[in-house]
Amino acid sequence: MAAGRPVQVYLDLLSQPCRAVYILLTCTKIPHKVHAVALRKGEHRTPEFTNMNLMQKVPVLVDSGFILTESDAILKYLATQYDVPEHWYPRQPQQRARVDEYTAWHHTNTRAHAAKVFILEVLLPRHMGSAVDKVALNNALSNLKNTLDKLETMFLRRQPFLCGDDITVADLLAICELMQPLGAGRDILKDHPQLQRWRSRVQSAVGKSFDEAHAVSSGPCELHQNRDLLWHSSLSN
Amino acid sequence: MKLRCLCVLPGEHFGEEFGKINLMRKVPALRDGDFYLAESIAIMIYLAEKFETPDFWYPTDIRQRARVNEYLSWQHQGIRTHSSKVFWLRVMIPMVMGVEVPKEKMDAALEDLNSSLKLIEEKFLDDRPFIAGDQVSLADIVAIVEIMQPVGSGLDVFQGRLKLSAWRDRVQAAIGKELFDEAHQAILGAQENVKLLDPTVLQASKSKILRYFM
Repeated sequence: MAAGRPVQVYLDLLSQPCRAVYILLTCTKIPHKVHAVALRKGEHRTPEFTNMNLMQKVPVLVDSGFILTESDAILKYLATQYDVPEHWYPRQPQQRARVDEYTAWHHTNTRAHAAKVFILEVLLPRHMGSAVDKVALNNALSNLKNTLDKLETMFLRRQPFLCGDDITVADLLAICELMQPLGAGRDILKDHPQLQRWRSRVQSAVGKSFDEAHAVSSGPCELHQNRDLLWHSSLSN
Repeated sequence: MKLRCLCVLPGEHFGEEFGKINLMRKVPALRDGDFYLAESIAIMIYLAEKFETPDFWYPTDIRQRARVNEYLSWQHQGIRTHSSKVFWLRVMIPMVMGVEVPKEKMDAALEDLNSSLKLIEEKFLDDRPFIAGDQVSLADIVAIVEIMQPVGSGLDVFQGRLKLSAWRDRVQAAIGKELFDEAHQAILGAQENVKLLDPTVLQASKSKILRYFM
């Protein structure tokens, strides 16, 4: 089903969930307009933005007056509303359930643990002007390692993508979270060749949209220079 | 459809049989023939579709469904994390593990819970009778069970919250009081039931639990 006017999205590409939405829009060529919201400048706290989203978070989708938050709801809405290849969010109930299973698990696993490493290693020290809390960081790295092990042994067991033979919105959510610490110079997939191979498959499947989405975040300098980036991970959904 | 109950505290979910059903070793888990599924949200959606439940539970209208999905997504970190934490800090950690919870930790957890409840009232309910609109949906079920968790710890989160209380009454009526009470019997009896628990059941995970919650 194709809609009339382009869908409007409010994104900051330094935010992991925003990148996932951006990649789906660009690689499926859904007509859209990106409104950049610079979290580091507090653009999410303006009365205008707050009126649109009380939670002051990104991404936000506006489709002919219909306002939607939460990246996984947005991705599923786009995959259903627009004419995109079915593999992104399969209609077959068991295949779809696999995607719903991952997107639920994602919040308190991949997202929580990858973002925590980034916050502890980059954002908090920059914002507070303090040294990295090594105990907390080791704890976070240990949790992240558990998550990476589970991604390999549970989701990627005997299949090329997280939810089956083809890429889905689940892979977009996951890859964008796992790219965040890489943007700060930490290669969290270094000891995980199976995840590295999955990452390559995802990159091939989405093509140049992947590099476009990550162009802003993949430079350590860009991230390190902004103290207000403390709020990024906690201000995106 | 068969419901199998297992007890998490004595570690029944670590048994070999359960491991075949759910590698993540968590409940709930579903088995439908050779198809295994974890994660309550995914399970509820799968059941709604498979058994063709009345449309309002998980609407086929794309925008209404998106509204339900929006809540189901937000709630993981938005309310579940906080309501679970309050339960652990008020009941499991002091009463089962015998560990005192510092006041500042409790106050911080309560503040987070209060912020979440405020958001539920202001954004997710607003002036609507239910989260997705005029009718109950999966979003309301998922919301009510999380909000009842701290109630099980003796904290009446509905007191002073007229909008939330009215919504709770509507959800109860929509589900049916008998089923609502049956589903919440264990959690509402938690403070008494935990006294009967063997405190060593959580011993193996003690440091992990304390590190996570405190």
